[in-house]
Amino acid sequence: MGVEIRVEGLTKSFGRQVIWQDVSLTLPAGEISVMLGPSGTGKSVFLKTLVGLLRPDRGSITIEGRDVTRLRERELYEVRKLFGVLFQDGALFGSMSLYDNIAFPLREHTRRPESEIRRIVLEKMDMVGLIGAEEKLPGEISGGMRKRAGLARALVLEPEIILFDEPDSGLDPVRVAYLNQLIVDLNAQTGATFLIVTHDIASARQVPDNIGLLFRRELVMFGPRDTLLASGEPVVKQFLHGRMQGPIGMAEEKDAAQVEQELAELDAGEHRGPRGGKGASGEGVSPRLLPSPGIVRPPRWEAIAEREAEVWSREGVKGA
Amino acid sequence: MSFSPAQGLRHSGALFALALDVLRALPRRPFQWREFIQQAWFVASVTILPAALVSIPFGAVIALQIGSLTRQLGAESFAGAASVLAVLREASPIVTALLIAGAGGTAICADLGSRRIREEIDAMEVLGIDPVHRLVVPRVLATMLVAALLNGLVSVVGVCGGYFFNVILQDGTPGAYLASFTTLAQLPDLWAAELKALVFGAIAAIVAAHKGLNAKGGPKGVGDAVNQAVVITFMLLFVTNFVMTAAYFQIVPQRG
Repeated sequence: MGVEIRVEGLTKSFGRQVIWQDVSLTLPAGEISVMLGPSGTGKSVFLKTLVGLLRPDRGSITIEGRDVTRLRERELYEVRKLFGVLFQDGALFGSMSLYDNIAFPLREHTRRPESEIRRIVLEKMDMVGLIGAEEKLPGEISGGMRKRAGLARALVLEPEIILFDEPDSGLDPVRVAYLNQLIVDLNAQTGATFLIVTHDIASARQVPDNIGLLFRRELVMFGPRDTLLASGEPVVKQFLHGRMQGPIGMAEEKDAAQVEQELAELDAGEHRGPRGGKGASGEGVSPRLLPSPGIVRPPRWEAIAEREAEVWSREGVKGA
Repeated sequence: MSFSPAQGLRHSGALFALALDVLRALPRRPFQWREFIQQAWFVASVTILPAALVSIPFGAVIALQIGSLTRQLGAESFAGAASVLAVLREASPIVTALLIAGAGGTAICADLGSRRIREEIDAMEVLGIDPVHRLVVPRVLATMLVAALLNGLVSVVGVCGGYFFNVILQDGTPGAYLASFTTLAQLPDLWAAELKALVFGAIAAIVAAHKGLNAKGGPKGVGDAVNQAVVITFMLLFVTNFVMTAAYFQIVPQRG
């Protein structure tokens, strides 16, 4: 289970405006990856390019030996059956009830009897905590519920790859915690490949195997969680701390002289302005979120749990 | 809306591309019967009443014009013939076109446009479902069906309106009016009008779908899309009407 996605030299622009260029990374099969980046760096565009909704200017996206960027329409629809996508606002069909929304992919793609569809839909609705809201219309429920319903719909076809477009936006911290746990549990249960686009540092810290950071029209870094969290790269550090000093400005970029001055200030230990928003508590590795106790852990998660236990017991000894 | 020639060409190219996609998706199974019936019912429900209400005065105006004209020429016996001809050949396809584009097309465009900006169309594509096959094809066929039926309705109501105004208000003779019905008009006129209505329905639905599916920029974008769809559809319909009428006179021999 799980499918690898290999992205090479991907470049996308709208008209003369380059969104990002020369993005190369590999999302390993079955692992959870997070794509961080300031607002407006084209994270959502990246997601849409992966599923072939947008065509890049250059580069390739290889999934199961097929290049998504060069597929014909018909083949593209085939490849898309591997994907489940959670859109920012859930992207539910406004004219259908939640139940029909979640049943929609099953009714369109499979010839299952209605009783079986009902079983699957209710199972997924239970998973995201929406039992009792089957007959509600998307317009009648809160943004958080829409998001969870969108997730349930993305899951019904048991996709090999699940993409999340800002799963935490518009949710309260408690629901974010539930959602993060759900993501980890799902990964352990399905073994699908996950990509989460977000700017919530707290989630990025606990959930993924790999983290990437998009900034200034390129992929600054992509690698294992520990590497990125411990990185000295100024953009990464600024993002992890959520502070104003550093290369990222309000209007995305600052001029080079100012950046240099601010970095010098930081080196001298001068901090100013607010920081720590959106769970940005600075660099350093923190414990990983593990699947809930009731869930059978596949070997991959067994290994992660073991390593985590080892690392943190050592840290604990050091601390004591 | 930008008016550079390249943009214009790109838009018309995309419009024809969508028309081709619709043709290609037409034979694909399963056919979306549910969507088709829902849409046909919906388009019919928003167009029937206004169509009937518009066609009464339309028939009346034609009857009044022709009534006074034939009286001046001393050809009152042809009043019925001429007004039937005018209603059947031109008035009813035009009224049908206006309503299909104005009431049906706008609704389709607004519906698809709001689905586009709410990312519903994207979601559908990601779920592996072709929106052209799932949404556009049933709408195009439904609009064509309703247009053809509406054309019949408008013809009947228009002729009745003409009869009422000519006979009751202008003191025409009912016998002469009815007897002259078929002196000028012939059955091919009706077929041609129905064919026009089918084509108008297809054009209105495809333009509406094209504009709706390409809406962007939030709720305002949907408004713009609807506005452009109506303008473009009207222009296309009147040009098509002219071409089809001209072709009709070349192909079908005329009476009288």
